[in-house]
Amino acid sequence: MDESKPKLIGARILWECLEREGVRTVFGYPGGAILPAYDALKHSSIHHILVRHEQGATHMADGYARATGEVGVAIATSGPGATNMVTGIATAMMDSSPIVCITGQVGSKLLGSDAFQETDITGVTLPITKHNYLVTHASEIAPAVREAFYIAKSGRPGPVLIDITKDAQQTACEFDWDAAAPKLRGYRPDLSPAQSEYEKAIELIRAAKRPLILAGHGISISGAEKEVLAFAERTSIPMALTLLGLGSLPASHILNLGMMGMHGEAWVNTTIQEADLLLAFGMRFDDRVTGNLKTYAPNAKKIHVDIDPAEINKNVKVDVALVGDLRNILQELTPRVETTNRNEWLGTIRRMKGDAAVRDIQNLPDNGHLYAAHVINDLWHETRSGNAIIVTDVGQHQMWEAQYYKHEHPRSLVTSGGLGTMGFALPAGVGAKVARPDADVWVVAGDGGFQMTMAELATIVQEKLKVNIAIINNGYLGMVRQWQEFFYDRNYEATPLLSPDFAKLAEAYGIKSIVVSKRSEVVPAVRAAQAHDGPVLIDFQVEQEDTVYPMVAAGAGLHEMIRRPSPIVETATDE
Amino acid sequence: MSNEKVQHTFVVYVENKPGVLSRVVSLFRRRAFNIDSLTVGRTEKPEVSRMTIVVDADEDQARRIVANVYKLVNVLLVDDVTNQNPIVRDLALIKIGATHDARPHALELASVFRARVIDVAPDALTIEITGTEDKIDGLLEVLRPFGLLEVVRTGQVAMRRGAKAAVVTAVADVAHHSDGEIDSYSV
Repeated sequence: MDESKPKLIGARILWECLEREGVRTVFGYPGGAILPAYDALKHSSIHHILVRHEQGATHMADGYARATGEVGVAIATSGPGATNMVTGIATAMMDSSPIVCITGQVGSKLLGSDAFQETDITGVTLPITKHNYLVTHASEIAPAVREAFYIAKSGRPGPVLIDITKDAQQTACEFDWDAAAPKLRGYRPDLSPAQSEYEKAIELIRAAKRPLILAGHGISISGAEKEVLAFAERTSIPMALTLLGLGSLPASHILNLGMMGMHGEAWVNTTIQEADLLLAFGMRFDDRVTGNLKTYAPNAKKIHVDIDPAEINKNVKVDVALVGDLRNILQELTPRVETTNRNEWLGTIRRMKGDAAVRDIQNLPDNGHLYAAHVINDLWHETRSGNAIIVTDVGQHQMWEAQYYKHEHPRSLVTSGGLGTMGFALPAGVGAKVARPDADVWVVAGDGGFQMTMAELATIVQEKLKVNIAIINNGYLGMVRQWQEFFYDRNYEATPLLSPDFAKLAEAYGIKSIVVSKRSEVVPAVRAAQAHDGPVLIDFQVEQEDTVYPMVAAGAGLHEMIRRPSPIVETATDE
Repeated sequence: MSNEKVQHTFVVYVENKPGVLSRVVSLFRRRAFNIDSLTVGRTEKPEVSRMTIVVDADEDQARRIVANVYKLVNVLLVDDVTNQNPIVRDLALIKIGATHDARPHALELASVFRARVIDVAPDALTIEITGTEDKIDGLLEVLRPFGLLEVVRTGQVAMRRGAKAAVVTAVADVAHHSDGEIDSYSV
C-alpha cells in the first residue's frame, strides 16, 4: 500500500473527482442518504444550486449540457429524490445529452430490505441511461465518476447515473486519481467506416441529380458545423434540418431550407419526397420527421452518417452507412467529392418554396388579436443580433418557435425533441443561463408546460439569474387541442386550462412581470425585459384556438400535409 | 437480403460484474426482441462471463441486435455464429414414470439416443441427455408415452468449430459487413 496517497471519506472523494472533471456547478436537492456528500461540500469550490424539484435538477443539467456540450451534473437523495429524476434522465437519453446524475442510496447493509427511502434506482433507470453504477464502497467512487464522465460525453452522448450508498460516502479510503482512470474494455465510442463505404458514398453523390442533406443533432454534438457547411457548399447540396438540428447551420444560408417533418416547411417535405439521394448527417429518421415509412422519400438512395451503429437500418433502410464521428468523416469525405453545379435542382426547390404558406400568419392584419407567430417573430427580431439562447417547452409554441425563429448560431436553441417533455423549458433555461452567463436566455413555454415546473421560479430568484420568460398563454393544452380538432371531432376533452394570474405569480416571487395581449405591445415588452436587471416574465395572451400548419398527421406520408385553409394561403409571401 | 426470420445464435462475452445479465435481458425486452434461450456461465477467464443467446430474427434485426448489445458498456464481444456452422448443445434432465415392466423399453430408447440414466427409482427413471435441440426434442417425443414427470433443459450453448476462437462481429460497417471478422477475441 502506498503510504503517500491521502485518505479521504467517499463524500470528499466525490467532490474532488467532480472538480477534477471540470465541474463548477451542480444542480441538486439534499436528503438523508446524500447528506454525507452535502456535508462535505464545504471543502469544495463547486457551487451547488438548490432546485425545487429533482426533475428540475436533471433538466438544468441537461440545459447546461446542451448550451455548452459539457457534462451537466444533477444530485439528489435516494427514493423519491432519485425517482423524481427519471423524466429528466429519459429526456437526456432520447436527445443524446451528456449528464451525470448522482443519487444517495441507503446503507449497503440495508440494500434490498425496503428501508426508508430505498428505491432500486439503478434498476429503474437501466433502460433510460447510457450506463449506471451502484457504488457500495468508497474505493469505487473515483473510478465510477471518471468512467461516468467519459461515457456520458464520448461517442453518442447520454445520461449516466451513479447511485452511492450512504456508508460508501462516509467511509475513508485512499484517493488515487490516476489509478481511477477509466478501464472500459468493451466500450467502443470511436468507430470509423471502412474505405469501401466512402467509395460507395462518393459514387452515390456523384450520380445524384436531386440530393438533399438531412441535418440533425449530431452536427452540434460532433462540432461538425463548419464541416457540414463546407460539404454542402462544395457539392451545392441543400440542407433540411431536424428540430434538434436547428441552429447548427445558419438559417440565412442559401442552402438551408429549414425544418423538415410533422410541422416542417411544406417545400422541405416535398423536397425530401422528390430527392434522389438523402444524406442523413447525425439524425435518426425519427417518426416525427419521416411520416409514413412506406411512402418516405420513395425515389431516394440513402447515405446514413451516424456514430451509433444501432441507428443504421432501424427505421429507414439505407444504401450506405458511414458509422463514426461526423466531423472526422466529413473531413475525409469532402475533399474526395466533386464540386457540382445544381442550378436545376435548386431552382426547382425555390419554385416550391414560392408556394409556401408557413409564414402566412405574419401577413395577418394587426386586428387586435395576438398570435403566437407574432410573438416569436418579434422576439426573433429583437434578439437576433445578440447572443440569445431560446429554450422552449413542448407543444404548439415549440413548433412555432421552430418555424418563425431563425436560428443562426449553434446551441442557440435548447428544446426537448425525442421525449417531448413538457416542463422542460424553465429548468433547462436555468441550466443554459448558468452554463453561459453572458447569453441572453429566453424561456418560451406554453401555459400548460410552464405550470409543470414553475416552482423553479424560486430557483431563478435565489440564484439571481437573469432569465426572461415568455409564456405563450392560449388557455388550452394547445397541441393536444389541435389533435382533438383534427382527429377527435373537436371534442376538447381535458384541454381547456385554467391558469393562475401569471403576472401576480411572478410578483409573488419578486419577478418583474408584463402582460401582453396586442401585437403592438410585443416589441416594447421584449425590450423592457431585456433592459431590466433581473428576471422578467411576460404573459403573452394569444389567440386561443390557433393551429400549427402545415401538419403531417401521425402515420401519414410527408407529401400528405394538412395546410392552412386557403384564404390565408393566398396572402403568403416570403420573409 | 432476407426478411425471413430464422433462429440466430449469438455468443456474447461480458464482464463478470453484478447486474450485467439484467442489462442484456432488459435490452432485448426494450427493443422487443424475443429471447428463445439464454444461458450464462463462467469462461476460461475469471473476469469474463459468456452468454449464448438464441433469438428469432431476420438478417436486419440480427445486425441491430449485435449493434445494440455492443452499446452495453459491459459487453466485450458479440459473435453472431448462426452461419458459422457452430457446435450447439443443450442438456436436459428427463424424469419419466417407468415401473419394472416398462423400464427395459425406456432404457433401450435412451441408449438409442446415447442418453444416460442417472437415477432409478421403483416407479421412475431420470435420464440425462446432451445434444442439439432437435435431438432432445426427439427423445422427449418418444418418452412422452411413459409420462413425463419433470423436464429441465439448460438452453443452448454454442461455440465455433476449429481452433479459431470467437470473433468480433462487425458493427462499424453494419450495412454491408460480409463475414464479420475484424479481429480475434483477446482479453
